[in-house]
Amino acid sequence: MANLKILVVDDEPFIRAGIDRILRNFKVDYPFMEEPFEFSILEAATGEEGIESIERDKPDIILLDNKLPGIQGVEVLEYVKKKKYDIVVVMITSFASLDLAVKATSDGAYDFIPKPFTPQELKSAIESITKHVFLVRMTKQMQAQGKQIRFQFLSVLSHELKAPLNAIEGYLKMMHEKQLGDKIDDYDQVIDRSLKRIKAMRNLILDLLDMTRIESGQKEKDLKPLNLVEIARTSMDTAKPMAIHKEVKMVLNAPSNIVYDSDSSEMEIIFNNLVSNAVKYNRDGGRVEINLLDEPGQVVISVADTGIGMTAEEVGRLFQEFVRIKNEKTKEITGTGLGLSILKKLVETYGGKVTVESTPDVGTKFTVNLPRNLKAI
Amino acid sequence: MEPKKKIVLIADDDMDYLFQLKMKVESIGFEVIEADSQKEAEKVIERVKPDLAIFDLMMENEDSGFILSYKMKRRYPDVPIIIATAVTSETGISFDGADEGASRWIKADLFLEKGMRTDQLQREINKLLKL
Repeated sequence: MANLKILVVDDEPFIRAGIDRILRNFKVDYPFMEEPFEFSILEAATGEEGIESIERDKPDIILLDNKLPGIQGVEVLEYVKKKKYDIVVVMITSFASLDLAVKATSDGAYDFIPKPFTPQELKSAIESITKHVFLVRMTKQMQAQGKQIRFQFLSVLSHELKAPLNAIEGYLKMMHEKQLGDKIDDYDQVIDRSLKRIKAMRNLILDLLDMTRIESGQKEKDLKPLNLVEIARTSMDTAKPMAIHKEVKMVLNAPSNIVYDSDSSEMEIIFNNLVSNAVKYNRDGGRVEINLLDEPGQVVISVADTGIGMTAEEVGRLFQEFVRIKNEKTKEITGTGLGLSILKKLVETYGGKVTVESTPDVGTKFTVNLPRNLKAI
Repeated sequence: MEPKKKIVLIADDDMDYLFQLKMKVESIGFEVIEADSQKEAEKVIERVKPDLAIFDLMMENEDSGFILSYKMKRRYPDVPIIIATAVTSETGISFDGADEGASRWIKADLFLEKGMRTDQLQREINKLLKL
């Protein structure tokens, strides 16, 4: 049960007592809230007492009468505004003068409750205020979490970008100091490794660009009727050198044509990701099976490998950015750690979904469902 | 007869950094045992007692270096440990080990920035080995 503190600032004791009685056992509950809200009531007879209570009790909501013996209600309101306190202020006023309403609203009052009010009127006002407080807090919390995720992403990213630079710098220093001798041939391995790290870093930057484009939603999709079977074949051609090297056999099961309204560069990213992963994480002499199904309302793409597979825990982390499953079986395999995160984001822009089934040392099967939207039919 | 070379265990999951560090440490005159993961390093510790160890901080776990230091000190309390990390400049988090609370549970003797020069490394190692 969440609790909100309501400070009632009114010089009339019976109003304060009345509000206390009405709200003491009142609860506000909406389906979207995790738990109902209840209220505890604080009282102040003057504006000065009100300010003391604001400082001492940190109320969430203030019900504020304007006509007070000392300083006026609007001055209390100004105080809250000046201090930038996160408090919802509601004016209680016996004569709802337009001037006061304008002044108080410009000073940040959230609402008015005209006096006299019935218990029901008070309750419905409190209901809407509670909803407001809840939503403001949720929004702030979500923004803070977003920032946190952003920070984590950036610190991992800087690590990933710095590692290859460090490696290349180290190799250049070795050459500079002629650590391996005077002959350039002695540095073959050093040069070869440097070039590999540069290539990996370039891939990372390209992946990052893809991801930023998808995330920002800036890129307009260039939707055209595409034959996905052809794109699957192109991806298989792209993966062929690696497949030959690992003696992995690739098989395509598909009709000759599956036309789907989509952006060709995006479909290429999706297929390249699926097919190259299936080859890369396969065992030598393994098999990759690519299935395309043209179903009513959707296209189903599945790519299954006979590779190293993953545990359920590894599958759970798979689509996070920069998560590369690190173990004995993957340590020789290079990757940016962004591919699957990009794949998932892209598929989602088509309203589709990606699912994974995997068994360690048996293989992994990725399935992508791409719905056909109404426009495409 | 040449005196027996002292053994340095180096653990890092970046094969290039591992290779470069190995070259440096060998050029100073030590024998190097490599481990390319936390797990691998744990296996090495079980059968060999090195004279000094240099651990990367982030390997399979983001605190692999700390875990290794802990296990190492439990088995061989007298073997000095260096944690080589690039963390400081990346995140602004500093692990200089000077912090009283941190040094109580972080068992490393020294934190070094990755990419240090060979002569710096030599000086630090000699200090730790009291050479």
